[in-house]
Amino acid sequence: MLRKRHQNDVGLDERRYIGSPVARPNARRLLQGRGTYVDDIALPRMAHVVYWRSPVAHARITAFDSSFARMMPGIIGIYQASDLEGVCKPWVATLSHLAGMKSAVQYPLAPGHLCWQGEPVYAIVAESRREAEDAMPYLQVQWEELPVVADMEHALDADAPVIHPELGDNLCFTRTIDTGNVSAAFEGADLVVEETYHFGRHTGVTMETRSVLADFNAADNTLTVYHSHQAPHMMQDLYSRHLDLPEGSVRVICKDVGGSFGIKVHSYPDDFATVALAKILKRPVKFVADRLESFASDIHAREHRVHARLAAMTDGRIVGFEIDDLSGVGPYSVYPRTSGIEGNQVLNITGGPYRHEHYRAVLRVVFQNKPPMSQYRGVGHPIACAVTEGMVDLAAQRLGIDPLALRRMNVMPDDSYPRTGASGIKLEGLSHEACLDEIEEMIEYARLRKEQRELRSQGVYRGIGIASMVELTNPGAAFYGVGGARIAAQDGATVRLDAGGGISVLVSVGEQGQGTETIFAQIAADTLSMPLGSIRVVTGDTGVTPYGGGTWASRGAGIGGEAVLQASIALSAQVIDFAARIHQRERNGLALADGAVVDTSTGETVVRLVDLATQAYFRPDTLPPGIHPELSATRHYAQRDYPFVFTNGVHVSHVEVDVETGMVKLLKHWVVEDCGRVLNPMLADEQIRGAVVQGIGGVLFEECLYDAGGSLRNGNMADYLVPMAAEMPDIEVAHIETPTATSQLGAKGAGEAGTAGAPAAVMNAINDALVPFNTRLTSHPITPEKILIALGTVSASK
Amino acid sequence: MTERMTIRLEVNGRAVSCEVEPRTHLIDFLRDSLQIKGARVGCEHGVCGACTVRLDGRMVRGCLVLAVQAQNARVETIEGASDRGDLAELQAAFHARNALQCGFCTAGMLIAAAELIEQKPHASRDEIRKFMSGNYCRCTGYQAIVDAIEDVLEARLQRTSAPVASC
Repeated sequence: MLRKRHQNDVGLDERRYIGSPVARPNARRLLQGRGTYVDDIALPRMAHVVYWRSPVAHARITAFDSSFARMMPGIIGIYQASDLEGVCKPWVATLSHLAGMKSAVQYPLAPGHLCWQGEPVYAIVAESRREAEDAMPYLQVQWEELPVVADMEHALDADAPVIHPELGDNLCFTRTIDTGNVSAAFEGADLVVEETYHFGRHTGVTMETRSVLADFNAADNTLTVYHSHQAPHMMQDLYSRHLDLPEGSVRVICKDVGGSFGIKVHSYPDDFATVALAKILKRPVKFVADRLESFASDIHAREHRVHARLAAMTDGRIVGFEIDDLSGVGPYSVYPRTSGIEGNQVLNITGGPYRHEHYRAVLRVVFQNKPPMSQYRGVGHPIACAVTEGMVDLAAQRLGIDPLALRRMNVMPDDSYPRTGASGIKLEGLSHEACLDEIEEMIEYARLRKEQRELRSQGVYRGIGIASMVELTNPGAAFYGVGGARIAAQDGATVRLDAGGGISVLVSVGEQGQGTETIFAQIAADTLSMPLGSIRVVTGDTGVTPYGGGTWASRGAGIGGEAVLQASIALSAQVIDFAARIHQRERNGLALADGAVVDTSTGETVVRLVDLATQAYFRPDTLPPGIHPELSATRHYAQRDYPFVFTNGVHVSHVEVDVETGMVKLLKHWVVEDCGRVLNPMLADEQIRGAVVQGIGGVLFEECLYDAGGSLRNGNMADYLVPMAAEMPDIEVAHIETPTATSQLGAKGAGEAGTAGAPAAVMNAINDALVPFNTRLTSHPITPEKILIALGTVSASK
Repeated sequence: MTERMTIRLEVNGRAVSCEVEPRTHLIDFLRDSLQIKGARVGCEHGVCGACTVRLDGRMVRGCLVLAVQAQNARVETIEGASDRGDLAELQAAFHARNALQCGFCTAGMLIAAAELIEQKPHASRDEIRKFMSGNYCRCTGYQAIVDAIEDVLEARLQRTSAPVASC
């Protein structure tokens, strides 16, 4: 379902592919199992590395002996931190625009001080992976355990052990927002509600684990790294600087990537160690994490405790929000994006859809002895949205106002943009009112409420949970570049007419399954009036594509797509100009149509592109003097009008809670989303559906469970629950289109809105179902056990 | 060092004879010894379904079967099934519905879906969801996968219920 609210002329009126549900050409190889993920690549003389990881949360190594392990068959070498000194420089992950942020120096292998269970300490390199694994038990390691800071609530206590004494305390980052007069506004309000929300630490669980294959050629001092990653140029820059290689000597290649979701946008200590070992050994070295390693060493996210207050008037007007966010991010800030961004986003996004003027927020990001946390799909949004929408529902209940009506009263009006939110976020143009109208119709709200009342009288408890939301997409340099990180905010595309008459499109934004390459092909095909099948898209290779940021913050379509559009427009102009000159026509009377340059007045074919290419590439001798056809154009695009281009949307979750068992059945989920121009409705819908299910995972199932000593209790896929097909609902998606004027394409991001809004909607639905029991659940994941405890059926166990 | 055993089996229609360690899992044998990479390792303990292959025509988890258990058996992977055209209808439906994103789970998903179609030709949407719950996907949210399987089931039912043309 697609509704266009705004028409802005972007010169794409005769669209054939843009806006159509085009199936992904590159899916065919994946459907035959013929994709290439890193572990599928085997190079001559390839060695395999496995890592001995800290078995405890906090310790100091007291003795290490690898002599027995070295005697095992196939062992090439066993390495510790000191072996990598001078090969790979350490790092400190801070950003200068997150003022006051601090973190300790971190090394590829921990030099004696072990700070989380799962931290890589020793590397065993062997001819095969099983030989490396077989040698592992023969490493003789002794350690002295140190006091553990596991619970973030006590990380800043005066008597808490300080993980990195050189930092003085366990505080990584703190930030405050205060619009002024907040206390007075709360005192003057008719109603103040307050509540505390807990979010369980969880992780991305990509089906393909983190993988890297590093190949160092000592003869020409070049490093080629096959990476399961989202940001190849960022990794090229890091390997270049930390291994002291010229930038041009490092090539990072990302072929098929088996899921990423932000897990694969960071650098990891074992990445650096693997690459350093390839340099030391002068041969290819492969590292593929096993599933336990994934749970224990992939970045985690979302461990937050937020205390929130909302002030409102009797008439329903929301006056202000106040939050106190505490987040535990492990012992190190993650390089180079840091571990301060998620909390920072919570502060920026909380209250995002609403027009209240008063806002006060405090963030404290603390170190603890658990795996490092950093950006995972949605980054802060699921937390901010759950807190905001939970509070709005609580206020609606206390005020006796329908929750949909209360939102309609308080969202920023659709005709009030551009404007600024209370947290300071700059908003170009959103459509909260239109989205609420649309979803009310979609879900047959009045009928659902009536059904809810009737079933309740029969002892069936159904709930309807609403969540309005904003999502930050298409970032400029505001995220990282301004803080000193060498992470490109711009992306580039080269579009070329090839000798055979086809089009090659080389783009710095890659694909991890979203359909990015298909969207790029659609844009190029429409702009050049070529069939989709004649467009070849190349991404994921720093040796080939223009320079750019890659995939993160829902920027692929909006930033990468605009670069493709501009390059295609430039190539189109070149081709027409070339044809006009050699066929002695006025260029103004020519256009591209169906693979040819045509006369716009008569429709006559002037020359086919394949013939133009043949002449340019093979018979330049026939060209008039002074004509040097390029047939290739490169354009780069950075979004510079706003720090971020926000999108908006609304979710509704319909659930049934079994009050006997605490089980939640998801009956249906609806989303109305405004991601600007929809380039491919099928792919946009699938991004939203997949993200909704990841959000549902966080609110109902997923949690990395740690004991008080910082030991992981569920590091496998049987004990760590991810959503399965049987328990997921059908998800209906509709779109409102408010194209961004920051680009000609008008597309905003769509990758994270589902994850942002789903947890809030499901939580609100559960609480709506349980209204008759006068209890609320605000601790994610909302498990059957927590529901039964809230209902008083069982008591909390310690 | 464990004593290696020689196994003989048929993989994707070709006779294979190979020395393996008895502890070698079928999935590692396929991927490392034979370099057949279409089935993939996800969880390594039979939960996620990414390594699903066929053993004597029935789907198995490649990480829960030892290579030596495939002695004298027929093994088929996504590559072999694709080349035979056995999965063509499902692959087309998955393509049309975009029932895959990163593709890592897809080989296992298709083999499980093919088994469902064979075993439960009248499966309801809920039954499809239940049957497919042994295969994890982190990208799609499953709906498109369910849609694609439903499309194939419906098309097959329509074909079988269509009146037979007289000659």
